[in-house]
Amino acid sequence: MLKKTSLYNLHLELGAKMAPFAGYLMPMQYGKGTLHEHLHCRSHAGFFDISHMGQCLILGDEAVHEIGQLIVSDIAGLKAGEQKYTVLTNSDGGIIDDIVITRIDSGLMIIVNAASKDKVFKYFYSHLSGRCCFNELTGQSLFALQGPAAAAVMKKFSAQVAELSFMQACGAYIDGIKCNVSRNGYTGEDGFEILVGNHYAEQVARLLLDEDEVEPIGLAARNTLRLEAGLCLYGHEIDESITPVEAGLHWLLKKNHDQFPGADKILAQLQYGAEKIRVGLLVDSKIPVREGSIICNSEGIGVGYVTSGSFSPSLGYPVAMALLDPYTVDLGNPLYAQVRDHRIEVAVTPLPFVPHRYYRKNGDAPA
Amino acid sequence: MSDLPDNLKYAKTHEWAQVEGDNIVRVGITDFAQEELGDLVFIELPELGRKVAAQEQCAVVESVKTASDLFSPVAGEVVAVNDALVDAPEQVNDDAYGTWLFCIKADDLSELDALMDADAYQQMIEQ
Repeated sequence: MLKKTSLYNLHLELGAKMAPFAGYLMPMQYGKGTLHEHLHCRSHAGFFDISHMGQCLILGDEAVHEIGQLIVSDIAGLKAGEQKYTVLTNSDGGIIDDIVITRIDSGLMIIVNAASKDKVFKYFYSHLSGRCCFNELTGQSLFALQGPAAAAVMKKFSAQVAELSFMQACGAYIDGIKCNVSRNGYTGEDGFEILVGNHYAEQVARLLLDEDEVEPIGLAARNTLRLEAGLCLYGHEIDESITPVEAGLHWLLKKNHDQFPGADKILAQLQYGAEKIRVGLLVDSKIPVREGSIICNSEGIGVGYVTSGSFSPSLGYPVAMALLDPYTVDLGNPLYAQVRDHRIEVAVTPLPFVPHRYYRKNGDAPA
Repeated sequence: MSDLPDNLKYAKTHEWAQVEGDNIVRVGITDFAQEELGDLVFIELPELGRKVAAQEQCAVVESVKTASDLFSPVAGEVVAVNDALVDAPEQVNDDAYGTWLFCIKADDLSELDALMDADAYQQMIEQ
């Protein structure tokens, strides 16, 4: 039985094409289509219902210390209202999930992937001591408002949230409704994520959607937006067999923080290199190179595989991310992707494909 | 639901076929198919002169999401392809029945009898 978010009826009213995703019936696209939605988010603002994602609270004085031992990042210095993107790792250094942690006065609020939430919540339950109180939150909806117009839209409802810097959160009232708003997202654009009680979810969604700049965006465009932004998607670029170093997430690691599962392997990879590494690929063809395509060098030897690939609506040509063996990749020599009977030249390129436009106040260190 | 043109024949793999003079069969994809696929970003057309069997895979339409195979509704030879679609695949989204992909000179037009008429196809996609 597929679950529905609080906005299910609104999605239908907006003409969404619904499809199953991670146990939920979610909007894949609305009437104007994925390309339009994608470009609208890049040029104006997009509204996303992401209430399928898992939310939990970990409360108590030991919450920071105990969660800190399950993740590769150091959250000891996180102040209330600050957020951290990080990963949970297993004892082999593989990624259990990628999560966003918000420090709150009484502990931590954590957002996990929809498809991982049962697994991650069980993991928390079995790894946290009785000195932490674990609570899954099911009474709140989660939305994202993303794009260059997002800040101006939010400012109409709350001057306070428009002042947030990237990866900061605060409580705020939107038209008198209590919400928790953070400045982050999954598109590479400036934007916000908004937590609101399910009872008021539709009211807040309609307020945002009533704004001229805002249109609803489905999960299909959410995927192409995050691909252009070079962001990992769990089950594609990252999973239990891929380490943070391999996934290009070494920047999450903090010097002298070595008390987390799989630290031996991960820290050794950091020092000596990994056998595979996530890269961006520019595709010299109109033919999209998709997940699962094998990447070969000019001698026809396999050097890796594509983890995500699609047409890039912003750039107008296909792009992909891949896990490649760094020792066999000679950047002077061409690489090829096999798609049906075509051998398509691809070039390793720095990520992101489309520059991030996060809003950081002066003096804030990059999160 | 849009009204389906009743001068076309429909395949269960969502191609439409239109018979023209001289055993030429013009082929496109149905409005239902373009709607399901979403925005098309690439169309791979068959080579001119290629001989195809009935129900042989001979073209690919790619949307943002996925790549989907197309099949020839009849056996014969590819005698024309709509090259304009290489640079403008969205024409299929805009007008699925007005936008052809390729033409086959059929060996045996009676093979088209195995396809559906508009009513039968309508029934199939409503299920």
